[in-house]
This record gives sequence, structure tokens and C-alpha cells, in this order.
Amino acid sequence: MAKKAKVKRQDTTIDMTAMCDVSFLLLTFFVLTAQARQEETLMVDTPASTTQDKLPDDNLGIITVGDGGKVFFSIKDFEVRKKTLENMSAQYGISFSEEDYEKFRLTEDFGVPIENLRQLLSLDKADIDDTMQSGIPVDSTEDKSNELYHWVQQSRLATVSVERERESEDSRYKAKGPMKIAIKADAEEKYPIINLIIETLRNQKQNKFSFVTGLRSDVE
Amino acid sequence: MAELKKDSGDGKKDKGGRVDLTAMVDLAFLLITFFMLTTSLNKPQAMDVAMPDKNKIEEEKDDKVEIADNRSVTLLLGSDNKILWYYGQLANPIYPPEVVDYSKSGLREVLQKMKKEVPARSNGKDLIVVIRPSEKSIHRNLVDVLDEMKIVDVKRYMIAKIGEADIEQLKEENLFND
Repeated sequence: MAKKAKVKRQDTTIDMTAMCDVSFLLLTFFVLTAQARQEETLMVDTPASTTQDKLPDDNLGIITVGDGGKVFFSIKDFEVRKKTLENMSAQYGISFSEEDYEKFRLTEDFGVPIENLRQLLSLDKADIDDTMQSGIPVDSTEDKSNELYHWVQQSRLATVSVERERESEDSRYKAKGPMKIAIKADAEEKYPIINLIIETLRNQKQNKFSFVTGLRSDVE
Repeated sequence: MAELKKDSGDGKKDKGGRVDLTAMVDLAFLLITFFMLTTSLNKPQAMDVAMPDKNKIEEEKDDKVEIADNRSVTLLLGSDNKILWYYGQLANPIYPPEVVDYSKSGLREVLQKMKKEVPARSNGKDLIVVIRPSEKSIHRNLVDVLDEMKIVDVKRYMIAKIGEADIEQLKEENLFND
């Protein structure tokens, strides 16, 4: 039948409805799972390992070492941060204003001696980079000169008191336990500075900690 | 309702009341791309390390833990991404110091060989690896060695301080450079 074989004029527009549905589904997924990448002040290139364990998201303190031995410290929990600074303020006899506390609560990481911390907090967040921060002083003692020792110790104490507070406020709240400590060091960093940090942790009986590494796939 | 009626008669394209979604899809994909790139999908790995309690060791006089000679393999991490290893004591080694690298055919082979050999020599007791990083080694070396312990499945290992004699040995092998 010649009449039926006649080619119909095809409409070139494609129905986009399904594609639109799918893409918005994906979009929703990514929006909901997204965790904004935290901007780190000191970028380090961590060594790779085949370890499968993931670094926890919260209840964590990270000691970052890079740029020729500069030490930075970061606490994940906002309230613990604030409490830590309160403890440090008492210990070193340096007072901070309410504004400073609020700013420190929102500061991701820092790497200055404590006497310069106020100065750092007074700066605008966008102006802060790693070149102006000299690193937290660390040595092999347990004295006040080893500021990292006290930062770690006070943050651990702060974690305990913050967790206790939360538990007393909400009876259903499940305490997360002690804070984990991770060392995130640049792959090219020399061993002595790593050793100093390990010894600093061991001096306060923080004998367990983690090295932050990237993923290596070439095992076999 | 006459306007909405389909009129296929005058050659005009029949839109059927559909909206062109191409631009919307474009936008959605753009946003998807943005979110995909900004989310940190690969969370970093955490390699757990446990060190012995410090004070106990200080009582036993700095870091000298007694280990049976025929169980201990010592790895001295030197510069230039090289390891000097020996079996037994440095002064009286069962296998004298030898230089290896961090590759599959280097360190891993040594560890696998020793893992088999040590139980045979010490009545079934397993291998103990003592890792002594020198000050010229870098962080990657330490992580690589610890990783190798996991891969080879060495149950007992420790990170210890390096001694003077060990450093001399490294210098002899020219593995103590900056």
C-alpha cells in the first residue's frame, strides 16, 4: 500500500520531561548529601596508604604538619573549640573577648602561638592564609612552651565536659566518647617534627592516634 | 475553548501545550556538576597507630625493650627513600645489614621471607619488626612501612628510637643525607 509507506513529517523536539526528572533527582541527592569541603588554611599532600578505615567526621582533633614543620591544630566540634579556648585562656592567663570566642568557634584551624591568637582572630577570615601563621610551638617538654601539648590536652578535657553537658541536657543523648586525634602530615615532612608530635601525644598518654593518608590502589 | 483545540490542518507545528524543558535540564545538570565537584566524596583514610605507654618504658631505661634476637627484624629508615634492615642485633647480626627500597620487590619480599623464616628459627614464635626512623627519613617512609606491615600482616611491630650505632651504620651506607 503506497499510501501507508509515506514518510511522516517527524517532530524533532524530544520529550525532556523524563530527563528533567532524573537530573533533578540527582541534583536533590547531591544537595542533600553535600558537605561543603572545609577550606584548610594549610594545604598538605598526605602520603598514600592502603588502609580502608575512614577518618571520622566529628569528635576529632587534627594536627596538621606541613610547609617545613609548621604545626596547625583543628577541632571539629564548635562547642569543644570554644571550651578549649576558655581552658587555654585560663591556663596561659590571656583573656579573650566574647567576640573572640565567637570567632574562634567558627575558625576551622589555626597555627599561631597563643599570644598571637587574638591578633589572628581580629583579622577578617578572607585575609587569613598560611604564610602569616608561624605554627603552634611544639617541643619535647610538658611545659607551657609546648603549646601543642596544652591545646591537645585542653581540647580533650573540653570534649569530656561538653559531652557531659549535652548528656545532662538531653537524657537521650549518646555521648561520643573521648576525642580522637589524627596527625595529618605532609608526605615530605621530615621525621623529627613527626616524632615531636608523637612524643607530645605520648606524654599525655594519648597513645592511640591516626595518620591521615590518601588512598593507594596499587597493592598488587 | 477553540484556541486550545488541536488544529493540524494549517501546517503549523502542533505544540500540544508542552513546555520546552531543555534549558531546565541544562541548568539542572550544571548544578549537579557543581555539587559533584564541591562535595568531598573521597574522605581521607585514617591509619591507626598505637604506641606503648611511655612511663613504663622510662622505668626500664630509655626504650630498651628486650626482644629475642632471633625474632627481631630491625628496619632503619634512612634518607633517599631507602631502608637498611638487619636480623638480630646490629653488633652480632644473624643477617647483616642490607639496603632495600620501599617497592614490592624490596621491603615486602624481605618481610614475607622473614615472616616464614622466623617461626622456624625460634620454635614457632612470630616475627617482631622494630621500625627505627632516622631523622633524615620523611613522613611518607614511615607511613609506607606501617602500610607494608598491614599488607604483609605482621602482627607485632613497634616504632622505636634510633640509636647511635644504627646512625653510624646508615652513614656508612651513605643513607644519612639531607
